[in-house]
Amino acid sequence: MCGIVGLFLKDKSLEPKLGAMLSDMLVIMTDRGPDSAGIAIYGAPSDGRAKITVQSAKPATDFAGLGELLKPADASVTVELKSTHAVIEADAAQAAAVRDLLASERPEIRVMGSGDSVEIYKEVGLPKDVVSRFGIREMGGTHGIGHTRMATESAVTTLGAHPFSTGADQCLVHNGSLSNHNNLRRELVREGMTFETQNDSEVAAAYLTAEMAKGKDLGQALTSALDDLDGFFTFVVGTKSGFGVVRDPIACKPAVMAETDQYIAFGSEYRALVNLPGIEDARVWEPEPATVYFWDHEKAA
Amino acid sequence: MDLSVKRESLEAMRVFDLATMPLRELNRALHNIAPGANDTNFEVVNPRGSHSVAVGIDQPVTVEVRGSVGYYCAGMNDGGAVTVHGSAGPGVAENMMSGTVVIEGDASQYAGATGRGGLLVIKGNAASRCGISMKGIDIVVHGNIGHMSAFMGQSGHLVVLGDAGDALGDSLYEAKLFVRGEVKSLGADCIEKELRSEHIEKLAELLAKAGITDVKPTEFKRYGSARKLYNFNIDNADAY
Repeated sequence: MCGIVGLFLKDKSLEPKLGAMLSDMLVIMTDRGPDSAGIAIYGAPSDGRAKITVQSAKPATDFAGLGELLKPADASVTVELKSTHAVIEADAAQAAAVRDLLASERPEIRVMGSGDSVEIYKEVGLPKDVVSRFGIREMGGTHGIGHTRMATESAVTTLGAHPFSTGADQCLVHNGSLSNHNNLRRELVREGMTFETQNDSEVAAAYLTAEMAKGKDLGQALTSALDDLDGFFTFVVGTKSGFGVVRDPIACKPAVMAETDQYIAFGSEYRALVNLPGIEDARVWEPEPATVYFWDHEKAA
Repeated sequence: MDLSVKRESLEAMRVFDLATMPLRELNRALHNIAPGANDTNFEVVNPRGSHSVAVGIDQPVTVEVRGSVGYYCAGMNDGGAVTVHGSAGPGVAENMMSGTVVIEGDASQYAGATGRGGLLVIKGNAASRCGISMKGIDIVVHGNIGHMSAFMGQSGHLVVLGDAGDALGDSLYEAKLFVRGEVKSLGADCIEKELRSEHIEKLAELLAKAGITDVKPTEFKRYGSARKLYNFNIDNADAY
């Protein structure tokens, strides 16, 4: 089943509340999937700095002295610990060196996502526990997506939780199941993509990353996905400044959207949207099958 | 209606606030109505997308729902009159037996699925699979309907004032489909059929029941089964 939510803010005055609004939306969706939960938050990027969100099954040992350990790659590196996750900030020019050093010194640490603005938090457990463990409610940002999982295609693990991030500042949440993911994964591996799991949704994320690497924008990549992905899907996708939604042509996985002057919101059900400000007067609609919807902060500006 | 009678019925209205009461209380109250009882007017406030609002009604009650509902609202309705002053999630009025369900807004997928009787009126649009496997229900949609609507419909009527999506009436049995606007495509074994006088009469009756006065029955086209899938055709043996 799974529950997915997304929120793309137009009104800057709501930005400090993004984490709280998105957390409420996700917690309401808890009964659509109790296995794991995750949220990606796009905060304000700071010039020349890169963010890497990492996770460890043994944070006490893996995160001990991490800041000092990474200093040789970038003297300005900072590490903020959040339960099983940590957000590493470094000079963007040195980010690759930091990741290399991290991989060689602490190979157990997994990268959840990286980029200029995205932070990704996901764990096994209920949405209410996951959002409080990582302090999501206190986070601000411009847009974000969330997922609560009822596992069907791969194991219930932290790495199998959504969102999946396969490119800088990109992430995806999925409700559904893909039927051609094994073949597509093989093709993407040949193109140089790497995979952390056997999960079908990770393949969808990697597919979009590969298409955007060829020069497509998010909308164009989602349009290609309709031809190349087989199976059931409602996807909500985030990029550094963009937010997209697409459903397969059968469209049996539920989706509701709402738009006001202040935001664009997505929920698996209307219940997820009822606490949003001004929802009574919002334009509320069900996204059409096989139709790409996307918005971009940069293009809107 | 006599005003004094109206006041009396308003006073008798039982209000259930789903922001403060569990859904179970509402549905239990609806299920515990004795035949012939007169405290049969219900109002539901703050539904906030709740699932299964007013399911399993089996007495002639009226239920006014002030807001939007989630999955399966008014499912299995047998004799009740349910009005949703908002939109409805998937499966509204599924398997209705008799009575009336009115949705003032839009309905999500498979509205009226497998319905055996009664009238479902959707004043906005209905999404995919509207009237799937309908078995006697009448459905009137003021707006458009999505793809795969009336799939395997067996009997009853689907009346659409707007357009229909892809694969209308796929593998249709004897449900009668009337569409006023465009049909994006017809499903397997569904064809356009002549709109005869008995159909015009039925359409006029259904439009009147749904409170529609500004649309003429002759504006519709009728679609039905070509009846080619009813029996195995030996010429198709190679396809299996």
